[in-house]
Amino acid sequence: MTPRLELRGITKTFPGVLANDNVSLAVMPGEIHAVLGENGAGKSTLMKIIYGALSADEGEIRWNGELVRIPSPTAARHLGIGMVYQHFSLFETVSVAENIAVAVDEPFDLPAISARVRELSERYGMPLDPDRLLHHLSVGERQRVEIVRCLLQRPTLLVLDEPTSVLTPQAARSLFETLRVIAAEGCSLLYISHKLEEIRELCDTATILRAGAVAGTADPKTTSPAKLAALMVGSALPETHREPARPDPTPRLEVRGLDAAAEDPFGTDLEDVSLAVHAGEIVGIAGVSGNGQAELAALLSGERTLSADDDALRLDGEPIGRLDAGARRRRGLAFIPEDRLGRGVVPLMSLRENVVLTAHARGGMVRGGMVRRDRADAYARRVIDRFDVRCTGTGAVARALSGGNLQKFIVGREMELAPRVLVVSQPTWGLDVAAAAFIRQSLIDLSRAGAAVLVISEELDELLEICDRIAVLYRGRLSEGRNRGEVTVEELGLMMAGGSAAAGATEPAGPAAGRTGS
Amino acid sequence: MEIAIAIITGTVVAATPLLFAAMGELVAERSGVLNLGVEGMMLIGAVTAFHVAFAGYPLAVAAGAGVLAGAASSLVFGVLALNLLANQYAAGIALTILGGGLSAFLGREFGAAPIDPVEALHIPVLSDIPVVGRILFDYDPLVYVAFILFGLIWWMLFRTKAGLVLRIIGENPQAAHDIGFKVIPIRYLAVLFGGAMAGLGGAYLAIAYTPLWVENMTAGRGWIALALVVFASWRPLRVLLGAILFGGVNILQLHAQGQGIGPASEFLSALPYLATILVLVLISRNRQTQKVNFPASLAKPFRPGH
Repeated sequence: MTPRLELRGITKTFPGVLANDNVSLAVMPGEIHAVLGENGAGKSTLMKIIYGALSADEGEIRWNGELVRIPSPTAARHLGIGMVYQHFSLFETVSVAENIAVAVDEPFDLPAISARVRELSERYGMPLDPDRLLHHLSVGERQRVEIVRCLLQRPTLLVLDEPTSVLTPQAARSLFETLRVIAAEGCSLLYISHKLEEIRELCDTATILRAGAVAGTADPKTTSPAKLAALMVGSALPETHREPARPDPTPRLEVRGLDAAAEDPFGTDLEDVSLAVHAGEIVGIAGVSGNGQAELAALLSGERTLSADDDALRLDGEPIGRLDAGARRRRGLAFIPEDRLGRGVVPLMSLRENVVLTAHARGGMVRGGMVRRDRADAYARRVIDRFDVRCTGTGAVARALSGGNLQKFIVGREMELAPRVLVVSQPTWGLDVAAAAFIRQSLIDLSRAGAAVLVISEELDELLEICDRIAVLYRGRLSEGRNRGEVTVEELGLMMAGGSAAAGATEPAGPAAGRTGS
Repeated sequence: MEIAIAIITGTVVAATPLLFAAMGELVAERSGVLNLGVEGMMLIGAVTAFHVAFAGYPLAVAAGAGVLAGAASSLVFGVLALNLLANQYAAGIALTILGGGLSAFLGREFGAAPIDPVEALHIPVLSDIPVVGRILFDYDPLVYVAFILFGLIWWMLFRTKAGLVLRIIGENPQAAHDIGFKVIPIRYLAVLFGGAMAGLGGAYLAIAYTPLWVENMTAGRGWIALALVVFASWRPLRVLLGAILFGGVNILQLHAQGQGIGPASEFLSALPYLATILVLVLISRNRQTQKVNFPASLAKPFRPGH
């Protein structure tokens, strides 16, 4: 049988980086083919080449046996290639049907497109209401919009880039069922991921990329996870070690009945959120992003202060609701935001200058309004040494660091202050396995050294690995904390989808309002 | 009765230049571009149209010259803001200053010389209906053009794919780029359209409304057009409402001044601006409306890339 898509010797270099090195792979009709690799292994570059968003320096692409050039995404779509990016290309202020109509090469006939959306969403088990405005949709529903948008063009190859990274485990499972139906109808799937378990569950073949080159091809159903991991990382997976928590009986950070309306018009209001974090433990907040994480993080860090009801936030028993971020930092509350470049650091400033941003008060770097450069420099150097930040020195601009090294720098900058409380949002998002393990271990060590640590993360595996207690944030409400070892992935997944058993398959929708109309 | 008819028709005529300028700006802003140069573009359109009308060309030619001049002046803004990614606030204000100076220079020879007023368009039968005919069908042709364009723009924005593309580019240019739309050329078209409409609004003032050329004759109407767009939450019907409100209060206060009633004339002159902004602020407090209609990328430079 002729492969639907065959890549031969694809090579792509960016200045200073060999992103794809002589990559070859073949996807058969109806096959679910995994491309497995770490962040930075070259998966995204390869997918962009297949979808025509980038062109390869060398190598050839064969489509149903014929040599083709794919100069643009439009050309890819005409061949029959559909692409679901990790970051959705969707628009908040228009309806589902309009989001789809705007991206397909078909006559602009909204009623007809709505009818086809309904038909496709029923056929593949992805409930969608074409008339709803997008901003009412959950992340899982948004992904369905992206997938239906592709299916409407009747693709014969569908590329999915890390599709489960934003889903609850149950929503991921229902996505897999949809994908199996699509493949059974003869459409080939190229499934990009770094998650071994889901590839073993879903895929027929796996091509493993490491450092831009093919490290091997395997049948994921018969190959052990350890073998796949070894191919992917190049060595055995690093493990974290943790001692049992011995939390202090009095809470260090306490939230009591916190209500807050979102400031962002597309944000989520927080309702009656309560939690306590004790010295010596790590508490995790699970949940699909967009359920109030950003609002909670802003209120805890002090980026947003409470005007009334000062009592809702306490640090060591003292109310801190009205204190701004600087005042809270002076009291020992450190915060690591989700967005590294832009909020964690100033991208174009040096590491030396970036340590001053958060460490100025407690690190003794400012005297009489003047920055003491020598102290800032020494502080930055300590962070670089202790946390193994790979960079050209304390004068390197933050933007020049890789994601993993930048996050090590940011985490190190906060830990070097020995904070009493650390609030960290998505600590390992987008990091490679080794850097992620290092960060997780650092968080464990900090808590065991007597700090109270609160981790907000979308990665359930990560929370289960490092946290002593886990609570779930769903539509602005926080569940009771559950002790590690007393809660399973399945239970947490259900709570992330709103709690009821039926919620697993069809993620519940947003508020009922919001039909289109102008 | 005569007074009532005069006030109503006066209102419509006074609203017309604002409607032109504000609807043009609405299209530009819906694409995510904030052009604060409306006042300058109106003045350039006004002086150009006046030149052509003064030379004896018919209304359509003069108005067309105003359109072209307004569009050409917006090109300056387009290059600065869309190609060179200059700060849009600064580029727009620069255009307003340029327009004020350039139009004063180009119009220096006229010195308030009047031209013939534009005849009302006589529509057989309709214009002859008593009262109703005089309220609805007794205007110069450009008034009808303004209202027809208003309807077309509304239809284009909310019923066609082109309008949908314009709106999504205004919300999220990166995502629009990713699915294959050419953000910069489309924004250029929106900016040019905004300039053309501002030019037409200015032309209307100079050749139909007054009709004469006076330095800075727009008297802040470009700024009011901008305020209308924002306080109307980027919704066309509210822009229309705001324009009519402004025109109405303006005519009323002129009548009041003419009769010598009411408070100081300076206060009366300020009244239309105050009333329009106050009303629009009050009706635009709904967050839901705001969030669905606000072009989220407004005034943010966009550079296509990965």
